[in-house]
Amino acid sequence: MLDVRGLRKVYEGSGRTVEAVRDLTFSVAAGELVCLVGPSGCGKTTLLKCMSGLLAPTGGEVLLDGRRVTGPPPGMAFVFQEYGRSLFPWMRVGQNVELPLKQKGMAKERRRALVADALESVGLADAAKAYPWQLSGGMQQRVAIARALAYEPQVLLMDEPFAAVDAQTRADLEDLVRRLWRERGITVLFVTHDIDEAVYLGERVVVLSASPTVVQEELVVDLPVERDQLNTRVQPRFAELRTRVYEQIQAAKRGSVSAAPGAPGAGVEKE
Amino acid sequence: MNGTFRVLRRLLFVVALPAVLLTVWWFASAGSTDVYWPPLETIVAAFPEVWDGERIRADLLPSLWRLLSGYALAAVVGVALGTLIGSYRTVRAFCEPVLEFLRAVPPPVLVPVIMLFAGIGDGMKIVVIAVGCVWPILLNTVEGVRAVDPVMTETARCYGVGGAARLRHLVLPSASPQIFAGLRQSLSIGIILMVISEMFAASNGLGFAIVQFQRGFAIPGMWTGILVLGLLGFLLSVVFQLVERRVLSWYHGLRDSSRRSP
Amino acid sequence: MKHLNLVLGAAGLAVFLAVGEAVPRLGLVKEAYFPPVSTIAGALAREVSDPAFWTALGDTLTGWAVGLALAVAGGLLAGVLLSVVPYLREATASTVEFLRPIPSVALIPLAVLLYGTELRSVLLLVVYAAFWQILIQVLYGVQDVDPVAEATARSYGLGTLARVRYVLWPTALPYVMTGVRLAAAVALILSVTAELVIGAPGLGARIAVAQTSQAVPEMYALIVVTGLLGLLINVGARTVERRALSWHQSVRGEVAV
Repeated sequence: MLDVRGLRKVYEGSGRTVEAVRDLTFSVAAGELVCLVGPSGCGKTTLLKCMSGLLAPTGGEVLLDGRRVTGPPPGMAFVFQEYGRSLFPWMRVGQNVELPLKQKGMAKERRRALVADALESVGLADAAKAYPWQLSGGMQQRVAIARALAYEPQVLLMDEPFAAVDAQTRADLEDLVRRLWRERGITVLFVTHDIDEAVYLGERVVVLSASPTVVQEELVVDLPVERDQLNTRVQPRFAELRTRVYEQIQAAKRGSVSAAPGAPGAGVEKE
Repeated sequence: MNGTFRVLRRLLFVVALPAVLLTVWWFASAGSTDVYWPPLETIVAAFPEVWDGERIRADLLPSLWRLLSGYALAAVVGVALGTLIGSYRTVRAFCEPVLEFLRAVPPPVLVPVIMLFAGIGDGMKIVVIAVGCVWPILLNTVEGVRAVDPVMTETARCYGVGGAARLRHLVLPSASPQIFAGLRQSLSIGIILMVISEMFAASNGLGFAIVQFQRGFAIPGMWTGILVLGLLGFLLSVVFQLVERRVLSWYHGLRDSSRRSP
Repeated sequence: MKHLNLVLGAAGLAVFLAVGEAVPRLGLVKEAYFPPVSTIAGALAREVSDPAFWTALGDTLTGWAVGLALAVAGGLLAGVLLSVVPYLREATASTVEFLRPIPSVALIPLAVLLYGTELRSVLLLVVYAAFWQILIQVLYGVQDVDPVAEATARSYGLGTLARVRYVLWPTALPYVMTGVRLAAAVALILSVTAELVIGAPGLGARIAVAQTSQAVPEMYALIVVTGLLGLLINVGARTVERRALSWHQSVRGEVAV
């Protein structure tokens, strides 16, 4: 569905070149929910922007359904971390969700139905007439998710969408993403710096190295499909997986690409 | 009860000082024999005589027509050019020094220049007003367009909002608070230019009428003219605020909500 | 990048001047209405060598500076007074809102009658227009005072004067600087206007004379001078503002007035 092949991105500054992404290859199958996790400042956002066609990669390519991505493709929706700056404050919630559909040239009836359905499924059916800034941060991010849903994408890219909301709202939103993924069968690529979030959400976790970024490790999350905040997080398998990801990230920070042997610095958790 | 009290208290604050000032003026000027400072009573008495329907039609309406057409012209040109210049970095760098200079020219000196081209008719006045008003609108639009949030720009790109829709749904609304700041500055410049262009060369209009009164030593008439100008300035500013409140209601709401929870 | 911008700006200026030269030369507009840039430059050179020009420039600057100083002093004093004395701000709000939008040019006939073409005519207009810019910014600035800072100062027993000095003034300063910058621009507009319309001595009066005597290139040259003057004042005011506020952490948007 989504293939990243030998992706490389170099920023040319004034007399200074920064290699943000060195050589990335991975793929996401149709209907999969994959989490990308990596140490902070590891070029996750750069990667995502290259994948969505917002940035042109220096080398390599991104393929969506076998077609090369050169600009934002219509089958892809993006949920930004900065929900407050991604929703247009001069439009009501409903208008925000509807705007991309208008651009698709959809008939009014169909737009209405899609907007109502999307808002309904994020639990904001009553908020269509409100302005985004009248809502809490978590609700604003729900609107952004609703906008993405209404767009009917094949692939949904989410760039640390819950980094700026409080812990409880975050748990609710994580469950929302799981539910929507299962209900709608969308392919989701979820970027985060939170290890627990990555393991809890993903069917697969791709661990990235520090910048310049390569893939450190990929691991399959063999937790049951049915997950909930209380039970899943206390399962032994969950703990094992998060330890594994944690080790890989620590290894990534140290700069060793190989798998780290044993449990390093047990009990020292800084994340 | 408490609510009524608060409304009354507010009302008192609004009318108290103006009432005091008017009373002081009324009594201080009563029986004044100074030709330049006639009693307020005389001015008030002269008002309905001077500003009858005939004069409103002959002087006030032409002035308003010139002001509004010049202002509207400046708004259209300023926003259009400003959006163009603000959207492209190279265009902006290219135009910047020239714009900085043109904006710094005190607008009233345009009156004699534009008289050369456009004579002394209505056209001249409208052009003078437009040319003087255009700079604050233009420069503020440039700033506003330049400051469009990069996340919003990327959002628009991701969701296929481009071309005219991008302009209409993203760039212009995002720049609108700045555009309104420019429109507001321009409104006062427009009134100044309307009066001056009429004082310079006209056969009717508010500026013309006031200068006629002054030259003819019709002092109470002149005072009523000053009052009409003051009222006009005040009323236009009120109308402007009402429009701004309406158009930018989202902006004020956004600002208030971010002030409450920083 | 910065270098490129400089080059582009210079190119823009060059194109502007070239168009100004070419348009009348090609007969697109009558030379009598819009002389070529070189002719204007020649007139400018003649002006600069004329002592009367420098007197006029001095007169304009005097009207501008004195008017601005009076307006700043008055605006500051009134602003602080309105904010410190209880209820005064509330009581004057409606009056301020009414008086502020009154165009200062409405006072032209009064100024003519009272002071003729004296400097005081110019000052009346300049001070009236510039005063409101300062006052409004001071009021905005005082409104911005952090209530916690104010409460702290009170709890440590600082008197009114000390509170003005240590709490109110530092908070309001950035606003005051903005006000001064806006007022400086407005003051120039009004001093030139007063000279142009009333005939008080200065650049504006010189423009009026050039116009009535059909000395078109000279008229354009003088207009260029007023533009350069405005440019200098803008750039100067912005520099002073930045210098004076270099210690100030907050980057704030300009209050639209």
